[in-house]
Amino acid sequence: MVPLSYYLVLSGILFACGVLGFLIKRNIITIFMSIELMLNGVNLSFVAFAAHWKVLAGQIFVFFILVVAAAEAAVGLAIIIAVYRTRETLNVDQVNLLKL
Amino acid sequence: MTQNPYLWLIPTLPLAGAAINGFFGRRSSKTAVTTIALVFPALAFALACWIAVSFSSSAAPYVFDLAHWIRSGSFSADFAFYLDQLSLVMMLVVTGVGFLIHIYSVGYMADDPSYYRFFTYLNLFMFFMLTLVLANNYLVMFIGWEGVGLASYLLIGFWFTKDSAASAGKKAFIVNRIGDFGFLIGLFLIIQHFGSLTFTDVFAKVQSLGVESSAGLLTAIGILLMVGACGKSAQIPLYVWLPDAMEGPTPVSALIHAATMVTAGVYMVARSHVIFERAPIALTVVAVIGTLTAFFAATIGITQMDIKKVLAYSTVSQLGYMFMACGAGAFSAGIFHLMTHAFFKGLLFLGAGSVIHSVGGEQDMRKMGGLRSYIPWTFMTMLIATAAIAGIPPLAGFWSKDEILWKAYEANPVYWVIGAITAFITSFYMFRLLFMTFWGDYKGIKVDDHGHAHAAHDHGGHGHGEPHESPMVMLAPLMILALLSLVGGLVGIHNGFEHFLEPVFGSEFPKAIAEPGNTEWLLMGISVLFSVAGLVLAYVLYVSKPYLPEKISASLGAFYDAVVNKYYVDEIYAKIFVKPLVDASTSILWQGVDRKVIDDSVNNAADGARHVSDEVRHMQSGNLRSYAGWIASGAAIVIAYMIWRGVGQ
Repeated sequence: MVPLSYYLVLSGILFACGVLGFLIKRNIITIFMSIELMLNGVNLSFVAFAAHWKVLAGQIFVFFILVVAAAEAAVGLAIIIAVYRTRETLNVDQVNLLKL
Repeated sequence: MTQNPYLWLIPTLPLAGAAINGFFGRRSSKTAVTTIALVFPALAFALACWIAVSFSSSAAPYVFDLAHWIRSGSFSADFAFYLDQLSLVMMLVVTGVGFLIHIYSVGYMADDPSYYRFFTYLNLFMFFMLTLVLANNYLVMFIGWEGVGLASYLLIGFWFTKDSAASAGKKAFIVNRIGDFGFLIGLFLIIQHFGSLTFTDVFAKVQSLGVESSAGLLTAIGILLMVGACGKSAQIPLYVWLPDAMEGPTPVSALIHAATMVTAGVYMVARSHVIFERAPIALTVVAVIGTLTAFFAATIGITQMDIKKVLAYSTVSQLGYMFMACGAGAFSAGIFHLMTHAFFKGLLFLGAGSVIHSVGGEQDMRKMGGLRSYIPWTFMTMLIATAAIAGIPPLAGFWSKDEILWKAYEANPVYWVIGAITAFITSFYMFRLLFMTFWGDYKGIKVDDHGHAHAAHDHGGHGHGEPHESPMVMLAPLMILALLSLVGGLVGIHNGFEHFLEPVFGSEFPKAIAEPGNTEWLLMGISVLFSVAGLVLAYVLYVSKPYLPEKISASLGAFYDAVVNKYYVDEIYAKIFVKPLVDASTSILWQGVDRKVIDDSVNNAADGARHVSDEVRHMQSGNLRSYAGWIASGAAIVIAYMIWRGVGQ
C-alpha cells in the first residue's frame, strides 16, 4: 500500500504548482486553472487522510468542494467572458480599474 | 420684623422701564422713550418716599419674601427684601439722586443716536442698585453687586466705537472681578461656618461669638469682604478702574461712579458691621486702606488737567474717607458721608457735564476759564458743591467730613492727621478746578470750529460760538442737588443722623453718642482752617498769580512727573500683573497648551492616520497577482506559526 506521505507530498506539489501558476501567469484562464489545481491538491489530501484514518468525513468534504468548485467555475467563467467582452483582453495586469 | 408687600416693587419698577425701552425703544419715538425712562424711576422714588414717610423705627426692619430661590438641605436663600434704617437711607439716595440724574440725562443725551439704549442701561442700573441695597441676604445682594458691575461696564463702554471707552469698560469689569473673587470666598466662608446667607441669621450667629483678639474666622471673612469692597468702591489697590471709567457719558459718571454704585462697598461693609466689630484686625485693614486711599488719590487730583479726572480722583479720595470712618467703627459717619457725597459729588459731575456741554465737549481745564459770566447757573451750583466737598461750614460736606475726622481721631490720631491733610488737599484741588474753569479769561476757541481735533464725542450736532448755558432740564437737577448740598448736612446736627441709624449700628457695643466737647471743637476748627487754607492757596496760585503753578511744578521735577502720571501705578500694574499674565497666557496657555497639546494631538492623530494609510495603500496596487502573493505569504506565515506551535508542543 502506498504510504500516506506520498499522497501528501503529491498534494503539496499540486498545491504549490497552483500557487506558482497563480502568481506568475497573466492569463485569467490559466490563473483560473491554477485555482482548480490548488483545490484538487487539497482534495487529494482530504481523500488520502480519509482513507488512512478510515473516516468518511473527508470523502464527503471532497464532494462538497467539487460542487462548490463547479459552481465557482460557472460564475468565474461567466465573469471571464464578461471581462473579455468589455476589455478585449485576458491579461490580468490590464484589469486594474480599481487601482488607486 | 414687619411685612411690607410693596418693597419688591421698588427695584422692579426701573426693571420694567429697562425692559420696555430695551425691547421697544429702538422703534419708539424719543418722547415715548423719555416718558418710559423717567416715569418708572419717578414711581420708584415716589414709592420710596411713601415707604419712608410711613417708616416707623419700632416696626423696622420691614421684610418681604418675594419667591423661593435656593433650597438645598438646611441652606436656603430666597428672593427677599429687607428694609431697615440703613437700607432706607440708601434707597432714598439711590432713587432720589438717580431720578434727578435721569432728568438731567434727557438734556445731556438729547442728541445721542443711542438715546434709548442709554436709558435702558440707566434703568437697569437702578434695578440692580436697588436690589443690592434692599437685599435680605448676601446672595441677592451679590446679584445686585454683579448687576451694577454689568451696568457700569455697559455704560462706561457706551460709546463703544471709541477704543479707549471699550477698553475702559473692560478694565472696570476685570478689576471688579478681582474684588468679587474675594467677596465670593468671603460668602463661601460664611455659608460654611454659619450655614446661611440671610443677614439676620448670620448676624445672630456671629453675635454669639466674641471679639477676636487675633486673626481668626471673622477676620478672614472681614478682609475678604473688604477685598470685594475695594474692587467696587475703588480703593487701593483696585482703584485703577475708576479714573478710566470717566470715558462714559457724564451723567453715568455722576450716578454710577460717584453717587451710588461705588458706595456699594461702603454699604456692604456697614451692613456687615456685626462681623467687622468682632474683628479688630479687619477693621484696622479697612481704616488703613481708606486713609491711604483718601490721601493718595487726593494728591493725584492736584495735578490732573481733565475736569472729570479731577472729580474721579476726588471720588476715590472721598470713598477713602468713608472707609476710614467704617474702619474707625463709625459706620453711621461713613453712611452720612456717603449720603452727602452723593449730593455734592453728583452735583459736581453734573455741573462738570454742564460745563463740558457749554464749551462743546472740551474736558481740558486749561482750555476753559472765565466761564462764570457765560454759565452763571452752572457756576453757582458748582460753587456750592465745591464749598460742600471742601468742608466749608455749614454745607453738607462739612458736617459729614467733620464727623468722620472726629471719630477717626478717637480711633487713632494718625488717621486724623492724614485725614485733615487730605481735607486741605481736597479743598485745594477742588477750588483749583473751580478757579481754572470759571475765573480768568475764556481760553477756548470761540468761533464755530466743529469737526476739529476736540470735536465733541458726546456733543455733536449744533455749532458752538460762545459758551452757552445748559437747558432747564439739565439745570433743574443741578439746583435741587445744590439745595441738598446746602442743607443735607443739617440732619447731622446733634448727631441726628447717628441717632436715626442707632437701631442698626448701635445696638450691641453701646458707645454713648458723645456731644462735641472741647477737643471736638478744636478739631473742627483745625479742619475748617485747613479747608480755608486750601481755598486761599488755590486762589493765590490760580487767580492772583497764575504764573506760579508752572514754576512750582517745574521745580518739583521728577516728583511732579510721577504725580501727573498717577505715580505710574497703571504702568506698574501693567508690568507686574498684566504683562506676565498676557505673556504666560500667550506662551503657555495659547502656544503651549492650546496649540502644542490640544491642536497638535488632533492634528497628529489625523496626520498619523494619513501617513499609515499612505504606506498601506501601496498593498492595493490593482495588480491581481500581488494580491495573491499577499494572501499566499499571509497563509504561509499562519501555517508556519501553527507548525511551530505544533512542534513546540
